[in-house]
Amino acid sequence: MELQEEILSLLTENARLTIEQIAHIVNQPIELVDETIALLEKKQAIIAYQCVIDWKKIGKQRVRALIDVQVTPQHGYGFDVIAKRIAMYEEVVNVYLMSGAYDLSISLEVDSLEAVGLFVTEKLAPLDFVVNTRTHFVLKKYKEANVLLDTDSPDNRLHIAP
Amino acid sequence: MFVMDLESKLSPIVRDMAPSGIRRFFDLVNQIPDAISLGVGEPDFVTPYHIRKAVTDSLEHGPTSYTSNQGLPEFLSAISNYLQKQFQLTYNAETEIITTFGGSEAIDLALRALLCPGDEVLVVEPSYVSYEPCVVLAGGIPVPVATHASEGFKLRVEDLERRVTPNTKALILCYPNNPTGAIMTAEDYAPIVEFVKKHELIVISDEIYAELTYGGKKHVSIASFDGMKDHTILINGFSKSFAMTGWRIGFIAAPEPLFRGMLKIHQYTALCAPRMSQIAALEALQNGLQECNNMMQQYDRRRRFVVHSLSEMGLTCMNPEGAFYAFPSIASTGLDAETFAEQLLLEEGVAVVPGGVFGPSGTEHIRCSYATSLDRLGEAMKRMKRFVEKKKKEKQDPFLQLG
Repeated sequence: MELQEEILSLLTENARLTIEQIAHIVNQPIELVDETIALLEKKQAIIAYQCVIDWKKIGKQRVRALIDVQVTPQHGYGFDVIAKRIAMYEEVVNVYLMSGAYDLSISLEVDSLEAVGLFVTEKLAPLDFVVNTRTHFVLKKYKEANVLLDTDSPDNRLHIAP
Repeated sequence: MFVMDLESKLSPIVRDMAPSGIRRFFDLVNQIPDAISLGVGEPDFVTPYHIRKAVTDSLEHGPTSYTSNQGLPEFLSAISNYLQKQFQLTYNAETEIITTFGGSEAIDLALRALLCPGDEVLVVEPSYVSYEPCVVLAGGIPVPVATHASEGFKLRVEDLERRVTPNTKALILCYPNNPTGAIMTAEDYAPIVEFVKKHELIVISDEIYAELTYGGKKHVSIASFDGMKDHTILINGFSKSFAMTGWRIGFIAAPEPLFRGMLKIHQYTALCAPRMSQIAALEALQNGLQECNNMMQQYDRRRRFVVHSLSEMGLTCMNPEGAFYAFPSIASTGLDAETFAEQLLLEEGVAVVPGGVFGPSGTEHIRCSYATSLDRLGEAMKRMKRFVEKKKKEKQDPFLQLG
């Protein structure tokens, strides 16, 4: 695997790895790894280092909703401006342009069901270009950012085996 | 009341057989349930999903009967194709391959088919713990052949020449090696091949780690050398490469006369390998090589991390080029391997296997399996570093030991 890809793959699995640890794993000088990561950050191939959190484990309620949005592209500019406008709302986690019956797919993460309702009725629907929305609530998460949740996967191997 | 002496009913061969050295350590580790174990000789991955699914699908449809002694014909053909494609070995599916209960049954079959009482078998050590006892159980005499840390634990013909006698019938070797991680290249094998031909020996080649080689070095089978197929009983399986230890499925490939002999034993003692495991392994060969490669890449990362960490803490560690073990020397700590492993476990909660368990050439070493997540390896290396520093300090200042 190429060095950049190898580093990205390691950071995708665990963004807390230190540069020194990565250098040992990819068997390259620390300076080279440091430079490569700096370059990836500079050109925004690495956009951010984030943490995957299961909020209910610390007793916090978080409501995730997926909203399909149908819009009318405005004269002179296409979907980009609309999508970027919606992305400005801080409760919006993801905004994607989609193929199919709806144009945009938005995910929202807020504290309550009411907050989702408020967002749709007061922030999203009133936008001129929004024609139609359809809201889906996430009932249970099974896998998030490539990580299986609530899976008890004890190491059931023998402690010592020849 | 008369009490029959049941011990005396046991065959003296079994009664006098020493229990595996790993056993004592196993009991000790079990008393410390939270220990991070680097003592496990099996993958930490679960068998890939599509392989498990192939079996549940098959169970729903129903065939649950015996298969032929050799195994399912489509499975035998897949093995034959696999050996050709991966290792350039030509074995006839109908007359040269038997599917077995893992590599373990294959080792037993090979030895029982070959040995007469008093035959000597060269056992390259350090090695997997079963070879010597299986030679003894088959009526043979195991003759250990040392390999050396200074030679990267590769097998050298001089060491074989010193141990061969007119009674030597076979040579057991395992590369990529458990516990050392050493591999044998074509150049390394060249003089061994000449030796085997000169002495008309049979090589029992345990190639269970064949898919796990690193640094772009592909596994070389000793059977692939010109004329060596007739001198080789090849053992391989799915446990390590496809993370399928619990399925107990492997195979043996050998020229027809040896195949026929081993098949007789297999049909009377095992009948056939489990059908479900054959189905799983067939799926592994047909659609699992990519996952096998992915797992190898994960091991490779861990390997580099562990070797670096061990070297950094001042233990001499050769770079393992295969399997999933590092085998550092702990001589610099002033402890013997047994004491090192025991104290490391009790003081820092990290389990490793003392190298002497695998043969006398391993006594100054410990086996660290890196078939464990990077997170856990990171923690284990941190604790081990602390331990090694402490022991080195104690060695320099013996008065500290009294404190």
